[in-house]
Amino acid sequence: MVFRSEEMCLAQLFLQSGSEYDCISELGELGLVEFRDLNPSVSSFQRRFVSEIKRCEEMERILGYLLREIQKANIAVPEEDESPLAPPPRQVLEIMEQLQRLEMELSEVAKNKEKLRRNLLELTEYTHMLKITRTFIHSRSRHEALGPQYEEFPTMETDSVSGCTGMQRLGAKLGFVSGLIQRVKVEAFERMLWRVCKGYTILSYAEVDENLADLDTGEISKSVVFLISFWGDQIGQKVQKICDCYHCHLYPHPENDEERADVLDSLRTRIQDLNNVLHRTEEYLRQVLQKASESAYTWVVQVKKMKAIYHILNLCSFDVTNKCLIAEVWCPVSDLANLRGALEEGSRKGDATVPSFVNRIPSNDTPPTLLRTNKFTSGFQSIVEAYGVGDYREVSPAPYTIITFPFLFAVMFGDLGHGMVISLFALWMVLTEKKQNKKRSSNEIWTTFFNGRYIILMMGLFSVYTGLVYNDCFSKSLNIFGSGWSVKAMFTNQNKTLQTNALLTLDPNFSGVFSGPYPFGIDPIWNMAVNRLSFLNSYKMKMSVVIGVVHMSFGVVLSVFNHLHFRQKFNVFLLFLPELLFLLCLFGYLVFMIFYKWLAFGARDSSQAPSILIHFINMFVMQGKDITPLYPGQMGLQIFLVIIAMLSVPVLLLGKPLYLYWLYRGGKGLRRRRGYERVRRVSEDDNSTAPSYEDDEEEGVDEVTNREFDFADVLLHQSIHTIEYCLGCISNTASYLRLWALSLAHARKFSTNNQFTLSFLCSNATLC
Amino acid sequence: MVSHSVALPMICFTTLWGLVGVVAPFLVPKGPNRGVIVTSLILTAVCCYLFWLVAFLAQTNPLFGPQLKNETIWYLRYFWE
Repeated sequence: MVFRSEEMCLAQLFLQSGSEYDCISELGELGLVEFRDLNPSVSSFQRRFVSEIKRCEEMERILGYLLREIQKANIAVPEEDESPLAPPPRQVLEIMEQLQRLEMELSEVAKNKEKLRRNLLELTEYTHMLKITRTFIHSRSRHEALGPQYEEFPTMETDSVSGCTGMQRLGAKLGFVSGLIQRVKVEAFERMLWRVCKGYTILSYAEVDENLADLDTGEISKSVVFLISFWGDQIGQKVQKICDCYHCHLYPHPENDEERADVLDSLRTRIQDLNNVLHRTEEYLRQVLQKASESAYTWVVQVKKMKAIYHILNLCSFDVTNKCLIAEVWCPVSDLANLRGALEEGSRKGDATVPSFVNRIPSNDTPPTLLRTNKFTSGFQSIVEAYGVGDYREVSPAPYTIITFPFLFAVMFGDLGHGMVISLFALWMVLTEKKQNKKRSSNEIWTTFFNGRYIILMMGLFSVYTGLVYNDCFSKSLNIFGSGWSVKAMFTNQNKTLQTNALLTLDPNFSGVFSGPYPFGIDPIWNMAVNRLSFLNSYKMKMSVVIGVVHMSFGVVLSVFNHLHFRQKFNVFLLFLPELLFLLCLFGYLVFMIFYKWLAFGARDSSQAPSILIHFINMFVMQGKDITPLYPGQMGLQIFLVIIAMLSVPVLLLGKPLYLYWLYRGGKGLRRRRGYERVRRVSEDDNSTAPSYEDDEEEGVDEVTNREFDFADVLLHQSIHTIEYCLGCISNTASYLRLWALSLAHARKFSTNNQFTLSFLCSNATLC
Repeated sequence: MVSHSVALPMICFTTLWGLVGVVAPFLVPKGPNRGVIVTSLILTAVCCYLFWLVAFLAQTNPLFGPQLKNETIWYLRYFWE
């Protein structure tokens, strides 16, 4: 990570026709450059390498299907550490063929398996049906009522089926329809039958013990075997229709017991055979998938890389006369040598006759911002980028964030014990980095924590430090150096005073009570004091304001580097100085008052110690003759500071626009330079990246712009900046009070937690 | 109780963080990460020193003392002194 983003240059790559794929592959492996789109007007369907990309997408589709099948079969896909390179074009066809063959095989096998399972299900259902209807028939023959399960037709005798000849005597043929229906539909089915057939049917049903999977929907549901006996053809047709309507699976009902037994036997053998075949099919499928899974990962990565290369190739423009591809890239200046090396390597791999080369070209466009990070700094860089990416060659705030972000967290967290726990957790994550990286967990919350392991480690370490200073360890204090407050010195009247008063205050005015500030942190006696929060609140609020003002001043000072780098020295006087004066005259003075009060006022004059807040407010309204001053000459100084702060606002608002307008009008009012001078835009949004070989370094001799100078635009921009800055100063200073608020909340939460835990443990202990 | 001086901790910690923030940056070996490490050292020294200083100065001239329960006072009288 660097102070500011890297210097970039625009370069043209001339890629020889035969070896362009390999060159791009090499560049891709190194990750050096950013390509510009040289064919913006061409739609994606008309680009040169569209057919190759389509082929890659087809392969991706097949691979997706393959991976899904592999996952369904619960086979693990081994992933290698190194990613394979993109395959050369001749290998691509091989991979394509392999994939297509695999796809065909898999879909065939899957189809066959499906058919076999359907078959198996039918046979199983048939078997169940036969078995259960057997029980119907036989129980019926015993003249037993089956309860409410079937309706009795009043005039029909409940004879056995073999007594159907009796029915035949009536001239009607007794018909049977048997099959399976889903459990949930049975009642409706029964009702429908009764209503439609008006009692000319008898329905008996019983549940199947086994749960059968319904192949269409894939759910496992209970089925019911039913047997409908009816007579008459018309009734028969109605029954058929109703059965169709309820999606019943119908099977032929055997005439007599022998037939039933025969069918049952044949069914049994068929089921056995089917099971065998199914078993073998599944084994074969598994074998195929196993073999495919070995190279699945490699293929996925290779296809991805290929597709990326063709995408990039589509961005290049094809120079027909020279038979080469031209690409424009942004490349960091420091990496130009690597770029040349990569191109040579690519040309060698592609067996090109003429090597590809690179040519640096000047440009007026703003290059992209490049900030290199390693595994430690990348977390902080991403936090900063969440607010926005800096302009080209602007000072990057990220290196400072490495310390200030965890530090401010720690100020709010401030607990030694909890800080150690966090540090240990983060340390464990850091030490087992490599192993965790290989695991590639899919749990999002864990991935978030793991990616921020260095941030968490820093936060933990700083929390240990702030915990020591706050003297807070699991919301208890440590007495390392011995407290500076002595009870003995006030202990004159011993037991009587103690007995009559529940609370007593130590008065620092008495000699011997207070013997000096605790050397490191907050005195441990405050942990036991009832008025602990009075002291801590005052201390923490002042601390938050001090830290806030220092932090903000640091930020404002950083902007000087930007102004100097972009050769806008006038900005230092017209922007930086008023901003800094505004901030320091008001809030810097507040910080001064805080420190002064700490040092100048002690226990002796504690009754006259002024409230800083009241003084601060009085400063603005320019009153305060009535209250005693903090120090002699306070009124005068305060008026002076307020006037400076007030004056800096119009300077901030109007200074820069007026200065730029004056420049536009011709510099020092006399000289007018037009024509051959190199034009440079003076608006603050764009900064020329061309190497500046200015002759004049003087501030007032900037070149005249050819462009329109829109005074209103600049003035508007500047007024927004002024308002934002001034209001921001005030509101951001106040918002640093969150440091106080959160540290207070943390301490309170964990002290109450302690109480709960302790009381809970005690109550459990007493129970035992 | 223990009598604490004001000057001794002041000197101690100023030199400590002065070493970390001023001297240590010169001892960092040259490498690609030198800039980051130097920045971190200086910032750590400034932040930690400032934090300690605020806590220290806030206690040098206390305007009021801790208010304790009578049981606590009894305990302190006999166990801490």
